[in-house]
Amino acid sequence: MSPLTAILVRDLRIAMRVGGGALMGVLFFLVVVTLTPMALGPDLTLLQRIGPAILWLAALLASLLALDRLFAADHKDGSLDLILLGRAPLELVVAVKALAHWLTTGVPLIIAAPLIGLLLNLDAGAEAALVLTFLVGTPALTFIGLIGAAIAVTLRRGGLLLAVLVLPLAVPVLIFGVAAANAAVAGPVPFGTPFTILCGLTLASLVVGPFAAATALRQEIE
Amino acid sequence: MRLSAFDLACRRGGRDVFAGVGFSVGAGEALAVRGRNGAGKSSLLRMVVGLVRIAGGRLDLEGGDPELTMGEQAHYLGHQDALKPSLSVSENLRFWSSFLGAVSADDGGALAAVGLEALAGLPAAYLSAGQRRRLSIARLLAVKRPIWLLDEPASTLDGTAQQELSGFMRAHLAAGGLILAATHGALGIDGAHELRLGGAQ
Amino acid sequence: MAIADLANPTRFLKFANRTIPWLGGLTLVLFAFAINQAISAPDDYQQGAAVKIMFLHVPGAWLGMLGWGVMTVAALGTLVWRHPLADVTAKATAPIGAGFTLMCLVTGSLWGRPMWGTYWVWDARLTSVLVLFLLYLGVIALWRTVDDPARAARAAAILTLVGALDLPIIKFSVDWWNTLHQPASVFRLGAPTIDASILIPLLISALAFTLLFAVLLLAAMRNEILRRRVRTLRLLQASTAG
Repeated sequence: MSPLTAILVRDLRIAMRVGGGALMGVLFFLVVVTLTPMALGPDLTLLQRIGPAILWLAALLASLLALDRLFAADHKDGSLDLILLGRAPLELVVAVKALAHWLTTGVPLIIAAPLIGLLLNLDAGAEAALVLTFLVGTPALTFIGLIGAAIAVTLRRGGLLLAVLVLPLAVPVLIFGVAAANAAVAGPVPFGTPFTILCGLTLASLVVGPFAAATALRQEIE
Repeated sequence: MRLSAFDLACRRGGRDVFAGVGFSVGAGEALAVRGRNGAGKSSLLRMVVGLVRIAGGRLDLEGGDPELTMGEQAHYLGHQDALKPSLSVSENLRFWSSFLGAVSADDGGALAAVGLEALAGLPAAYLSAGQRRRLSIARLLAVKRPIWLLDEPASTLDGTAQQELSGFMRAHLAAGGLILAATHGALGIDGAHELRLGGAQ
Repeated sequence: MAIADLANPTRFLKFANRTIPWLGGLTLVLFAFAINQAISAPDDYQQGAAVKIMFLHVPGAWLGMLGWGVMTVAALGTLVWRHPLADVTAKATAPIGAGFTLMCLVTGSLWGRPMWGTYWVWDARLTSVLVLFLLYLGVIALWRTVDDPARAARAAAILTLVGALDLPIIKFSVDWWNTLHQPASVFRLGAPTIDASILIPLLISALAFTLLFAVLLLAAMRNEILRRRVRTLRLLQASTAG
């Protein structure tokens, strides 16, 4: 087994065996969506109009919560030291870890999104657009979050700092994700325009994320 | 192969940990690093392997692979065990074997050598501290690297396991490897040089 | 672990092994009867055959709430009476109760679409049942996250007792608030308001689902006891291996 395959398999195994994980992310997603009508009132027309925005916000927050699982455990038990001494390039190792993280955190959100969209009275067109934007956008959230997770890894109460670091970086993804989801339903802008930009953002994050995170990790391990 | 250090200095958290440290270890030789707590034994090992920045002086490795960094040719056994509690004993070992670039698919008898093959399928969460240490040591046996940097390797090990560890170290030296070990007690190897940190410089 | 703790679970295992086969058989028979009754029941003059979703929806609601009730009693068993099987019961009931609550939500949603034109509304009853479902998921997550079974049991017990406050809210929500969901038709002061031709199949269906709940619970408790035994054996294996 090559080193990168080994770490992918290991991270997937751990994510599936440790209780919580995917279930918690989706549960938090559901809880945030449930809270919204309690704050805004049960007007279904209003909820339908802002539905995609609520779902994107909830997905962003749910992804954020899961981010410290990326490096914290490895740092605590000394695995991160050994990973830095391995022969696989750190940038690739970090990218593979992010892939494993997205598969176990992002994909459940993508699957849950249309079902939870029903709670906000989204119609079929809006649901389809939403799922597409999630499919393309959640990897960006993971790969951008990678950077914050790497910077915050050695800090003891890094949780809130992590959020403060990642959220501004994730803003473009949020803007274009919601814009694309809304464009499919209403508005003069065709779905393709914001969606293409979202794809571009994701592709950029797939490259920038691992490089920035690897650099941060190397600095931190002093 | 020869690992040499000249005038090494270490600075951590704004404080000078040590300065002017030098040593030379050749193939088949072992160096015991001693000193009171806080003298910088762990920092020295981490500096050699590449996890801590060198504040002054230099490190030389002759006879090693010029394409690889020091860390890629060394095994580092730190205070922590780098084991995942939800994975089984053999899954943990096989992961590190694959990741650190072992040639063979199995562990080459490493689990049996440390006496843990009966527990191969057990989740690592069930192991005692000494068993976890032995599993970490198995990592050194499963993947061949010439330089061993060991930080208190015998801690949490009982008498029998300590003797087995000395045996592994002797075998490693006989095969041409070299060892730097930070330790409070005896290494169990004849002819080991000593480097004392802190105190008389 | 004292000997007394082992004796009860062992006796329970014997009881479960003897009971599950025949109780399961009885459940199948009752389901066959219930399906028969449901098919022969008359259609509603307004909703047509869609009204028969009720035979799934209503038992789902009752058993979802019953599940939390069982967990509440088990929680008291853990915290107050220290009964050895209390936390096994609580842990085993959670997924089953969650499943029935989900069945209630999904069938209700499918029923609501033709009736109200939407899959969901945020009225008091639906929201409180959804909150119950979230509470179930929270308890399940708690059980899975805390490693030590004894600590997990105490934490889950406290959460269960607090969550039990949701049950009266669900029950009376249709009376306290103006809701889209219809008011209580069966469990109310005075006689039920449903005609017997629908009420009888409903009660039979409810009975069948309740037996199913019991069978699933016994099987889940048995699994949990066996799981704990495996854990003990593994601890033993590690400590004697040297």
